[in-house]
Amino acid sequence: MPTFVYMTRCDGCGHCVDICPSDIMHIDPTYRRAYNIEPNMCWECFSCVKACPHHAIDVRGYADFAPLGHSVRVHRDEERGTIGWKIKFRDGREKNFLSPITTKPWGKHIPKLADVPGPDKTARESQLLFNEPNYIRMDDGDLYTLETAGLKLKEGVYY
Amino acid sequence: MAYKTIVEDNIDILVCGAGLGGTGAAFEARYWGQDKKIIIAEKANIDRSGAVAQGLYAINCYMGTRWGENNPEDHVRYARIDLMGMVREDLLFDMARHVDSAVHQFEEWGLPLMRDPKTGAYQREGRWQIMIHGESYKPIVAEAAKKSADQVYNRICVTHLLMDESKENRVAGAVGFNVRTGNYHVFKSKAVIVGAGGASMIFKPRSVGEGAGRVWYAPWSSGSAYGLLINAGAKMTQMENRIVLARFKDGYGPVGAYFLHLKTYTQNGLGEEYESKWWPELQEMVGKEYLDPEVSHRTHRPIPTCLRNHAFISEVNAGRGPIHMITMEAFQDPHLEEVGWENFLGMTVGQAVLWAATDVDPKNENPELTTSEPYVMGSHATGCGAWCSGPEDVSPPEYFWGYNRMTSVEGLFGAGDAVGGTPHAFSSGSFTEGRLAAKAACKYIDDGKAQGIRVSDKQINDLKEEIYKPMEHYKVYHNEVVAGSVNPNFINPRQGLDRLQKLMDEYCGGVTVSYMTNEKLLHIGLKKMKVLEEDLEKLAAEDVHELLRAWELKHRLRTAESVFHHTLFRKETRWPGYYYRGDAMKLDDENWHVLTVSRRDPKTGEYTMEKAPCYHLVGKDD
Repeated sequence: MPTFVYMTRCDGCGHCVDICPSDIMHIDPTYRRAYNIEPNMCWECFSCVKACPHHAIDVRGYADFAPLGHSVRVHRDEERGTIGWKIKFRDGREKNFLSPITTKPWGKHIPKLADVPGPDKTARESQLLFNEPNYIRMDDGDLYTLETAGLKLKEGVYY
Repeated sequence: MAYKTIVEDNIDILVCGAGLGGTGAAFEARYWGQDKKIIIAEKANIDRSGAVAQGLYAINCYMGTRWGENNPEDHVRYARIDLMGMVREDLLFDMARHVDSAVHQFEEWGLPLMRDPKTGAYQREGRWQIMIHGESYKPIVAEAAKKSADQVYNRICVTHLLMDESKENRVAGAVGFNVRTGNYHVFKSKAVIVGAGGASMIFKPRSVGEGAGRVWYAPWSSGSAYGLLINAGAKMTQMENRIVLARFKDGYGPVGAYFLHLKTYTQNGLGEEYESKWWPELQEMVGKEYLDPEVSHRTHRPIPTCLRNHAFISEVNAGRGPIHMITMEAFQDPHLEEVGWENFLGMTVGQAVLWAATDVDPKNENPELTTSEPYVMGSHATGCGAWCSGPEDVSPPEYFWGYNRMTSVEGLFGAGDAVGGTPHAFSSGSFTEGRLAAKAACKYIDDGKAQGIRVSDKQINDLKEEIYKPMEHYKVYHNEVVAGSVNPNFINPRQGLDRLQKLMDEYCGGVTVSYMTNEKLLHIGLKKMKVLEEDLEKLAAEDVHELLRAWELKHRLRTAESVFHHTLFRKETRWPGYYYRGDAMKLDDENWHVLTVSRRDPKTGEYTMEKAPCYHLVGKDD
């Protein structure tokens, strides 16, 4: 399912070029529009499809095993926090799905660790990570050690 | 070459590769190193890079200690039996005792985790897996990393680690190039955390032509986690432990959720259950310790994944394929049908596309399964990677040299695919490993271990010359022929990749030889590999994008070479179903209940192999 770009919809904004994890969406120097320069390195991850503001990027199944005539379209809506899918089979049947992508507005709920109070010496010397041990059990449960778990090292026994 | 050299100096922590491991590292590094300079160098765009680019439908490593579901030692037991005894239990235990805190944070950050309406606990797909709406998993964790880092350099292909010239075997940063501008980037750093990816496409894929990129693991996962470390002289472990996966044919869609949550099952082409009939013969080969269906039934201890692969492969070879996933029963329930589809839309969209293209509706037709080509990775269900130090309160002396997740090179840490012996970490475990590595890296610097690092201009300039050599080579020779890609003086990265894949497939146990190899084949393969490496000195890159492919190929080659050496060293078939040593078909616990460790001498290219003791922390669960 390598991607391709519809000539009449693409305006060469480069969002797909910016996001492609495989570096295969490039701007064609003649037409000033994006295209997939290396279909056999495409993973059909849909990153470019989701990023395109004009829905100009589509996919078609890999030529070595997928017949023509199908489509899987996607609309990712960050404001509503949803992603919608429309699947069209080769024989015309359709399926639609809608899922949440986040439960909280973007950009506000991830702490900036430079601003939180730094760790003290005890924490540095312990095995704890940020927010632990509270976040392990979301209460005051402590961290596991060999001792608390009642475990001992044994070499080379067969299991 | 007219490319600029851009030097970023005085870095404390450089994170190379920002998938789940790298993002975890960058996030946590800021907490323990609030005054430190933290830089990320990422090959793609951090918002959608790594194996989780398109999302995930499940977090496959969650203990649920909070809900009384599992304790860390339970996970160690599970991963150990799945890998036929061969894991680093200290690292697994350490990851497992921290992983829940990472998952609880993901939920606070907005990642939609499904909950069981009755208990309020996270909805389980299996004992270790919880279900999520994870399409935006990567953008969410990327935000955490971006908020912690001083700067994120996207589109930097890191090609080499810089080595300290004042102290042997100490890291001093990394170099690479920008895959868009072509500029040369130098990062001088006190500590480096490698969170790069494992290796897809080192074995010939089942698909051909346009579909040659339709692999299970991301095609951009080019083994840099191993290429970078091996070239720096880091010790590696478990590199023979490649993974073969049972997947939906041509779509490579995972089967785990289907088995575990949707309760689907497999049948052979005659409509029969086939797995159990292979157990008696297989038990002869691996011993009752590793395959005891009665115990598995009683304790719910899983039968190792590789052994289930063995039954699959044997049944197909016996002429009773294809193997089908029986979906028609489960999919009559509209809720399960929706879960089945969304499972793929959230993480393997290609599977949905394939079903649409071929008019396969799993409600009315049972889809075919197949086994994939092998992959080399350390974070999914296998444990390839660097030989790393464990935590001080758990690890025995052989496994401990001071700083958690530090490789055998000083100041060089690993996370995710880069860490060996820690299978079943998956996304949450990789993020957690990054966090552990980051805390240890901060301590390493605070302890004064990174003082006096020196990197000469010569080292920087020599590496620059080496990096751009494929472009120089192209410039010098391409006009000798009229046009086209056939040239007597060079091969291009695609041609080199095809050659590597054929070689690995035929001599190191790929798909077309039913995952079979032996000592003689391995020796021939290694010889051909050496010649290929010589030819890669004449690799030609037409532009900067092709230069990226050239360096990906070089990292894949180094990974593949290591796989060859490890497979040759372990003279037994430890994981039937992942690969077979035809000349040593039986599992041999007398001689091989050990971990394999290798080191490639960076100066001579020679490999040294050794056995390391396998320590166990927990008893059996029966």
